[in-house]
Amino acid sequence: MTAQILDRENPQNDCDRAPSTYEQTFQKLAAAIPSQLKDHQHFTLSLSGEESQFTRFNRAKVRQTGQVRDGQMSLHVMTGDRTASITLPFTGNFETDWPLTQSALSELQPDFPHLPIDPYVVLPTTTAQNTSREVRSGHLLEATEVAEQLLSPVKSLDFSGLYAGGLSYRAYADSAGKRHWFETPSFTLDYSLFGNRLDQAAKGTVAGDCWDTETYRANVAVTQRQLELLSRPVKTVPRGSYRTYLAPDAVAGIIDTMAWGGLGEAALRQGNSAFNQLENGELTLSKKFSLREDFNKIGIPRFNNSGEVSSTQLPIIEQGEWANSLVSRRSAKEYGKSSNAANTSESMRAPAIAPGTLSEAQILSQLDTGLYLSNLHYLNWSDLVAGSITGMTRYACFWVENGEIVAPIENLRFDDNLYRFLGQGLIDLTTEQRFIPAVDTYNRRSLGGMWTPGMLIEQFRYTL
Amino acid sequence: MIGHLTAILEQIDISADWIGIRATQTTSTTRSMRDGNPQQNGRALNRGAMVEVLADGQFGYSATNQITPEALRIAAQQAYDQAIAASQWAVHPFTAAVRPTVVGSYTSPLDQPFDSLTAAEINDLLRQLCERLKVSADIVRTSAIARTHDIESWLVSSNGSQVHQKLNLIEGHLGAIAQAAGVTQARTDNGHMAHSYQGGWERFKTADLWERATRTGEQAVELLSAPDCPNDTTTLVLAPDQMMLQLHESVGHPLELDRILGDERNYAGGSFVRPQDFGQLAYGSPLMNVTFDATHPGEIASYDYDDTGTPAQREYLIRQGILQRGLGGLESQRRLNSPGVACARACNWNRPAIDRMANINLESGETSFENMISSIENGVYMESNRSWSIDDQRRKFQFGCEYARKIENGKLTTPLKNPNYRATTPQFWHSLSQVGDASTMAVYGTPYCGKGEPNQLVRVGHASPVCTFDNIEVFGGAGA
Repeated sequence: MTAQILDRENPQNDCDRAPSTYEQTFQKLAAAIPSQLKDHQHFTLSLSGEESQFTRFNRAKVRQTGQVRDGQMSLHVMTGDRTASITLPFTGNFETDWPLTQSALSELQPDFPHLPIDPYVVLPTTTAQNTSREVRSGHLLEATEVAEQLLSPVKSLDFSGLYAGGLSYRAYADSAGKRHWFETPSFTLDYSLFGNRLDQAAKGTVAGDCWDTETYRANVAVTQRQLELLSRPVKTVPRGSYRTYLAPDAVAGIIDTMAWGGLGEAALRQGNSAFNQLENGELTLSKKFSLREDFNKIGIPRFNNSGEVSSTQLPIIEQGEWANSLVSRRSAKEYGKSSNAANTSESMRAPAIAPGTLSEAQILSQLDTGLYLSNLHYLNWSDLVAGSITGMTRYACFWVENGEIVAPIENLRFDDNLYRFLGQGLIDLTTEQRFIPAVDTYNRRSLGGMWTPGMLIEQFRYTL
Repeated sequence: MIGHLTAILEQIDISADWIGIRATQTTSTTRSMRDGNPQQNGRALNRGAMVEVLADGQFGYSATNQITPEALRIAAQQAYDQAIAASQWAVHPFTAAVRPTVVGSYTSPLDQPFDSLTAAEINDLLRQLCERLKVSADIVRTSAIARTHDIESWLVSSNGSQVHQKLNLIEGHLGAIAQAAGVTQARTDNGHMAHSYQGGWERFKTADLWERATRTGEQAVELLSAPDCPNDTTTLVLAPDQMMLQLHESVGHPLELDRILGDERNYAGGSFVRPQDFGQLAYGSPLMNVTFDATHPGEIASYDYDDTGTPAQREYLIRQGILQRGLGGLESQRRLNSPGVACARACNWNRPAIDRMANINLESGETSFENMISSIENGVYMESNRSWSIDDQRRKFQFGCEYARKIENGKLTTPLKNPNYRATTPQFWHSLSQVGDASTMAVYGTPYCGKGEPNQLVRVGHASPVCTFDNIEVFGGAGA
């Protein structure tokens, strides 16, 4: 029951805005790099950077607060049969960044001829969309406003979480002349409210381009109502199989796991995927289940780290059957496929699950008796190749009887096979998709997220 | 660099109670091969500095990848402004006492420097390892990875700290995937990137390297025809490469004081351990002795000072089964009024220090491997983690391994595929019935311990002997 503020469908693209210092420096670096390369060498240059505000809360107090200004560029140098990469700091100051780049290239050159032959080198080429520029605008809190604005409305609550916001930029350039620039302000607030018991907690998420305190207050009120439901006595549910509703946040946990479980061509070909049986047609999922990349309203750049621009949509699983693997240029060369502009790790960037026919109002009545799970925690493949996933219930999870919430549950471990619970076990999906923002901040703030409905599943299997 | 940072610090003119600058520079190389073909030949440079300011009892920080006087002066002002703006909401009124004055240095052990092998030689070594891993046509994927890191950090502060630490880290991985007749099995060299150490090439090019590569390939093939691990409640013997994960998830994380204080509740989770448990709780059987040991030579998370400058010492976390102290730096110790260790660590210059594991080790016991196995009538022996999941209070866990063998009448017998076990943390550690002697001890590490908001990945080390646990629920691929 997470709620979000979102304005992804009508982003303010301010592409006529004059280039920032970051953008100017990146373009100058891309223009200067060929002077340091040998005649037969090519390059690609990817950039990721941010100016971020991070404020961490515990018990409606500030635990840590600070700012980070960081950027990293990844420079690949290649010939027809060899490739090497250099990752360097990007400060946005050409006088700092260029000497560092020159020095790194000069260190690389002596090694280059002695690197092993790489049969799957892909050289940069021109494409249908060689350039793009997307510069978004928004309104975020000032760094010194964050504590007051966020904590004033919740000072009587046990509120914990992280506000992360600021400018992010991504860019790409190569020796074939491709140039892409993406720049956006964004924020995420990922928080929890806690009750008197250790396990009494409800989660909320707020994300977008424009901060609005009133919408934040409304979001907290929704989460607070959920917390009140958790004050009822806890029911211990024995291990077994139960009809289960997975709210969109819980579905996102499943999809996140699937997204690094081998939807890419390389993983399928190398025995590292849960989806070989789906791909080769041995098994199917329910016709109600469709998964696709959908860049229409996700707030991330469409260009990948090879400078290719993805289609706005790419079906991965369509009505329960395999449609497309994610294919990078390198896999395309190795396995004789066509690239569909996947990034080099062939992970999903803009997952979207198709909605179903279950209205929000019918969720409890259709669940009837079973478990309502708002969130899942610490998912992992228990058997990757077989498609089995394990994990825990977390936050607001309830035992439901005859369409009525009866009691919060003691957390349960599940372990079930996706070919079962997304196959015959999938009863329906909700009509409404929700946006689940990516709140990860490993290395840098993530952008985007996924769109997913909730799911009603027959006999979801609980083991501990 | 210490002089450079000290000079900058002296020029910062703000009325803070304490100011510190922590700078790091990391130079890394990653070279990897798949099926004998290069996947990556990369170098990386990462550097920057965090200015931390204490004002009105609240810390604020600002981090930048420009280590110039002007950039750090601006950062100091931003950190100060953050601290002042948040001070009325401070979770605890800190003083400079949580940033002790220290002067010192640490250099990790290093016999064979990273530049003692050329890029061509490293690639050739990895290619040969891929060949060694491919023991039969059933091997469909081989991989060999070597990563090196030179990490230097410098800490200076307004109360006179000057710390320089230089770490040389090497991380190695070997893996093979076998396929035949619709069965796929993966085997790695003690788990993904488990051979992560401080040191140079001497920690990668060990005497047993080629034997390990051959065994990894052979066991991947062996698993193709192995039966699934049975569904049973039985005696479980865990090798050190799985004990690493077991210690990490069910001892290390629950003992982190910031989890107990609630800082992590919104992300990684809390802990079933209560503040009053320290000094009293019987965490496991009397055979259980766990130490925090950042002084272990060669273990990957060794250091002399944590990232707030607190000097590191070896400490017992659990002694004879009784919980002694938690994993928390000086800030958490003050907030909780409970003993901790020097473990306030940051993954890089761009993240603040939080309570982390460093090296968490299970001390050896007195039972030889042979005596341990011969004492078991029926059981399962498991090696190398492949799946891990535990609840947010660190109670209910389920872990899967790559490789197992049946134990029958005191002997290791049939290989088993898809071995898993599940239990709850207190029940599991109270069932510890045998701890291997020093000859069964092994040291591993992982570069991938994730935690914190904003998120941080740090390296942690774990050493453990082989251990036996009684009456544990084990199961195979179908997942009973």
